[in-house]
Amino acid sequence: MTQMNMVQAITDALRLEMRRDPRVVVLGEDVGKVGGVFRVTQGLYDEFGEDRVIDTPLSEGGIIGAAIGMALYGLVPVPEIQFSDFIFPAYDQIVSELAKMRYRSGGEYVSKLVIRTPVGGGIRGGLYHSQSPESLFIHVSGLKVVCPSTPEDAKGLLLSAIRDPDPVLFFEPKRIYRASKGDVPEGDYTVPIGKARIAREGDDVTVLAWGAMLYEAMAAAEQASEQGVEAEIVDLRTLWPVDIDTIVESVKKTGRVVVVHEAPRTCGFGAELVSLVTERAFLHLEAPPVRVTGFDTPFPYTLEMDYLPLAHRILPALLETAKF
Amino acid sequence: MSVENSRELGLFRVLRDDHSQDPAVSVPDAVVLRAYREMRRLRILDAKMILLQRQGRVGFYGACTGQEAVPIGTALALEADDWVYPALREQSVMLVRGFPLTQFIAQVFGNSGDVQKGRQMPSHHSGRSVNQVSWSSNIGPQIMQAVGTAWAMKLQKKSSIAVGFMGDGATSQGDFHSAMNFAGVFKTPCVLICQNNHWSISVPTAKQTASATIAIKGLAYAVPSCRVDGNDLLAVYAAVKEAADDARAGKGTTFIECLTYRIGAHSTSDDPSRYRTDEEVESWKRKDPVDRLRNHLVHRGLLDDAKDAALEAELTDEVNEAVKVAEAFPAPSRESLFDDVYQELPWFLQEQKEELRRAPPAPSHGG
Ligand SMILES: Cc1ncc(C[n+]2csc(CCOP(=O)(O)OP(=O)(O)O)c2C)c(N)n1
Repeated sequence: MTQMNMVQAITDALRLEMRRDPRVVVLGEDVGKVGGVFRVTQGLYDEFGEDRVIDTPLSEGGIIGAAIGMALYGLVPVPEIQFSDFIFPAYDQIVSELAKMRYRSGGEYVSKLVIRTPVGGGIRGGLYHSQSPESLFIHVSGLKVVCPSTPEDAKGLLLSAIRDPDPVLFFEPKRIYRASKGDVPEGDYTVPIGKARIAREGDDVTVLAWGAMLYEAMAAAEQASEQGVEAEIVDLRTLWPVDIDTIVESVKKTGRVVVVHEAPRTCGFGAELVSLVTERAFLHLEAPPVRVTGFDTPFPYTLEMDYLPLAHRILPALLETAKF
Repeated sequence: MSVENSRELGLFRVLRDDHSQDPAVSVPDAVVLRAYREMRRLRILDAKMILLQRQGRVGFYGACTGQEAVPIGTALALEADDWVYPALREQSVMLVRGFPLTQFIAQVFGNSGDVQKGRQMPSHHSGRSVNQVSWSSNIGPQIMQAVGTAWAMKLQKKSSIAVGFMGDGATSQGDFHSAMNFAGVFKTPCVLICQNNHWSISVPTAKQTASATIAIKGLAYAVPSCRVDGNDLLAVYAAVKEAADDARAGKGTTFIECLTYRIGAHSTSDDPSRYRTDEEVESWKRKDPVDRLRNHLVHRGLLDDAKDAALEAELTDEVNEAVKVAEAFPAPSRESLFDDVYQELPWFLQEQKEELRRAPPAPSHGG
């Protein structure tokens, strides 16, 4: 075990897999010499050279389109999109091409790649360095979507994602890139895609969270505990395909569910989670499901702490739902 | 015409190494003096904003140090009715066109003195009063929008033009190619200006494009293009003026590559020592656009050391005073979060506004 932050854990996973599998290539803006604007690919250029750690021209459509073509021919590209806000010039390549390649070719062609991209707010990034676009990709059949909240999970999930047979969007919560520290196993291990983690046990209310908001939910749960409410926190880890069994089991136990996410509420992933829970555990529910989310506005600059569903907004939701 | 002298591959310069100028180009005294004042003020302003960022008083800043001649020269070549679409390093165009400095700085603070109500990151200014539309943060989209505005001007038979700015990195985006193509096909009254400052964060221009120059790309779109010394205020002014005149005369769009250099970091989040050498930076400091203009003004008899020192003191006071006023504005009210999403507040935002009112106060940054 080594103490690492999430950036170091992800670098570790990339290095390990690039050593193990010569087909793996990293490409993106500033990923080479400088090691990425968040330093996630630091050291890889020196070790693997410019043919495997590639600084591209400034074109997200170009990066993802090229990665798709590389993948069709047998490479395993791990492109980086510098901020998930800048993924939209590549949205056509991802939605129209990447997600549908296996299906439209009758399974003959698969474009297996992992798109890594920092996600989320709380870093004074304003409208375009803060967004959480996960639901825009979950809605598209054919993509898997992952978002770790701990260094250990980040490494294990990225290794799984690179070895997974399907394209994966790997969202990295940048607010906790360096703030989340923890023991990370050395060497090769995987955290399975599609398996959630119970981050805190409790009997009174289930909280579904991921990424940076996991820590806000944990903080709110500790405060709720002082008032006699024990929350069970499920860290989804994989958003899609989500671990439905763990969620339903927890909700059947607590009878109550609160979903937390940074993205705006309307058509956010919380909407899908609430539907899934309602369909499967309707008779166990003792309170209406609640969403604590970003508001249905663009992501603001100055008022971002008011916008985000931080502990101060999660706590009242836990208490009210538990006492409903 | 030899290849080196072609508009797309050569380099249009007016200022000479001995501080004199090419006599074929004339730029009035009033324009060069105004340009010098604006460039000096911009340099002081940028330094001040970076200082405030280091002190934690503002969240971010993208300076244009070393590139001042391009936004200032362009601004002075435009008419009031023209529209401007900047990228990261051309916010200052609006200052030259009459936007108040205090409001400009309030945008950097993101407080209630900001016309944008603190919605955007610093260095994303806009102002309806001076026909300037902010870039989003996304590299590229504004180029196409500038062409669209110019097109509307043409369709409405206006004599105004639109200017769209971009960095060298932006020329790799699809929007650049769409913009150039539309500009060529529809002959829109537009001036598209690329500030080739040699770097897109850590990626050098040579890795951005295999073309000999950026200006040469215009040939393929039948958009007249030229390459200009972007650290030569007179050259920038003359080139933009000619391009603007052409656009007004119905000759369509001109694409101008301004060769310059980003002296500072990409932004306050960047450490350029990781990817470029001090020697390279030093060699460009010797071609500093402010110094070159100052030397020219002295040569022309329009400036001396005493006047220059007085100007420096005056502009420093002006900037410091504006910072004081701008910083004093309160933050935007938290209810204002919901304004301007739509013209009217729909039911779901009304509900969410109530929800925010009931919520306990949010923690401050880092808290
Ligand atoms: C679509 C998009 N991709 C990536 C980024 C991140 N980014 C911000 S500035 C920048 C480099 C821009 O280079 P250039 O266009 O040359 O302008 P400069 O900053 O040098 O003025 C990058 C990659 C972004 N803002 N938008």
